[in-house]
This record gives sequence, structure tokens and C-alpha cells, in this order.
Amino acid sequence: MNDTQEIPLWEVFIRPRNGLSHRHCGSLHAADSEMALQAARDVYTRRGEGLSVWVIPSAQIVASDPQDRDQMFGPSDDKIYRHPSFYDIPDDVGHM
Amino acid sequence: MHAPLFAALIRLADDHLILGHRLSEWCGHAPMLEEDLAMPNIALDLIGQARALYSYAGDIEAAGRDEDLLAFGRLERDYQNLLICELPNGDFAQTMLRQFYFASFMLLFWAEAEGSSNATVAAVAAKAVKEAKYHRRHCGEWVIRLGDGTEESTLRMQEACFVLEPYLGEFFAVDDVAIEMSKASILPNAQSLRGAWLADVCEVFVSAKLQAPDLTHAHKGGRQGRHTEAMGHLLAQLQYMQRSFPNMTW
Repeated sequence: MNDTQEIPLWEVFIRPRNGLSHRHCGSLHAADSEMALQAARDVYTRRGEGLSVWVIPSAQIVASDPQDRDQMFGPSDDKIYRHPSFYDIPDDVGHM
Repeated sequence: MHAPLFAALIRLADDHLILGHRLSEWCGHAPMLEEDLAMPNIALDLIGQARALYSYAGDIEAAGRDEDLLAFGRLERDYQNLLICELPNGDFAQTMLRQFYFASFMLLFWAEAEGSSNATVAAVAAKAVKEAKYHRRHCGEWVIRLGDGTEESTLRMQEACFVLEPYLGEFFAVDDVAIEMSKASILPNAQSLRGAWLADVCEVFVSAKLQAPDLTHAHKGGRQGRHTEAMGHLLAQLQYMQRSFPNMTW
């Protein structure tokens, strides 16, 4: 148990209220899914933060490589027309 | 004053305070960070339940003693907790097994007490039953994982079963106070919970590959204030602040 290397890492997602989506809030070590769920409850919802908890094995997450940042995200930098910011909004619509 | 009710409340409150205190000793020492939060979480639930019970006991006694005075201001022989609650923690396996035994019992106890004829007891039970449900689940899962785990964890869990076994029968011992409480439908009769408790324990023990406990030999005395040698040491720490600085607050 001292060797946390052997205990899998889990990512924790919590939904704070009805109508909101689950948000990533941290990670933890647990031997299996049931213990991960309980640990998530104990570590991340002590102050009434959540209505629902998801735990996902960190190893199951496929992440983009930071070195690929330019090819992945660079091309969207100069495409400002994708932002819907060129419409005239009538004043009485207010803040959108 | 309703003397049997006062006595019954003090017993229940002492169980929760003393076990909560024991469990809190793990704070900062748990085998992993996740459990270092889980155990004090449970300890705080137990101490919260103790507070509600002490403060109601103080009202019933009507002698001016509040929850703090009842919790910190009595002598060892005045505490009437089950002996299993005061035993030293032992290792993590022993701590989890004791917590599982206690939570399994209290879950049955509170579930029945929700229908108490006494409105305050019913309200305390309604809150406590939710907490006990989680304690039972969490500790039960650890019993399974350690009992049917590695060679070492299995040995340690078997040793924990051996150490705690003689303290289980006391859960189900009843005396005049307990009988009067159950006759008035204020609190459940512990004896009547024995079958359901054993069934619950055995269900977990089958998965944990542990042998069912034998309740025939049981230490007694907690309810009469006759404690193990561990109790004085526990109280020395628990009462230190109030003994040194009476009525201190923070």
C-alpha cells in the first residue's frame, strides 16, 4: 500500500448542480472502480460540492501531445470568422 | 428526569464519541491520502452523532450539564461505551473490521430507531442512518479487499477477526435499561438485531473469504463502566484540554 505506483490513478469528475455538466476536479489513487468512487466522494465532496461523481481510469484517457500543439491548435488561430462576432445585435436583446 | 432514557442516550453517545475519537487517531497516519480523508470523515460523523445524543441527554437530565460537560467532564467509570469502541486501533485491517462491525450494527439500529416513539431520537436516527449506510459500505469494501487480497492482507484480516471476536457479543446484550427503551418503542432491542447483523456480516465475509464470527464468548462490562486498560489512556488524551483549562472554548 505504500507503493502507490502499483495502485492505479483515476480522474475525478463532479457535477455540482442539476443542469450543469461534470467537470474535472482532480485525481486520486484507488485499487478499483468502487474504491475510486468512494475515495472521490471522500476527497472531493466534503463541502457539498457534488450531486454526481464520475471516476475514469487515467490510463483510459487519450491525450493530445503537447509537442503537437502547433499542428493541432495553431490553424484555428487565424480563423476569426468562426466566432459569431460579426452580427449586429439589436440593443434590446441586451447582453448575450 | 427520565432515568432509563438518559442512561440509554449516554451509552449510545459514549459508543460514538469513543469510537470517533479512536478513529480520529488515524488522521495524518493513514496508509494512503485518500483514506486519510475517509477515516476522519467517518470519525466526524460519529462525533456529530455523539453531540446530538449528549445534548439531548443533557436536556433530559435537566441538571445543567451540556454536551461538552457530558463528553469531557466525567470519570472513566461513568462512561458506558461498548468495550470494542475503546480498543486500540491495531493495524488498518483491525480498524476497518471494527468499523465495519459497528457500522453494520448501527445501520440496523438507526433504521429501526427512525420509527421511534420519541421524536428527537427519530430525528437523530434519520440523519445517522444515511451516514451509517456509507460507513458500512466503505468499511465493508475494505474488509473484502483485505480479506481476499494479498497473502499479508489476508493474514492481517484474519488476525483482526480473532482479536475482535470476543467483543462482538456485547453489542447484543440487553439489561433493564435496554428492555425499557424497547418496550416504550424509543430504541430498538439490540438482541433482536443479532440475526440480521450476522447475516450482513456473513454476506461480506463470504466475499472476503473469512470465517463467520463466533459470538458465544463475549467480554462484558462496558455498559456498567468497567473498562479495558486502554480506556484510561484514551480519556487522558480526550479530556486533556477540558481538564487543564475547564470550560475553555475556541
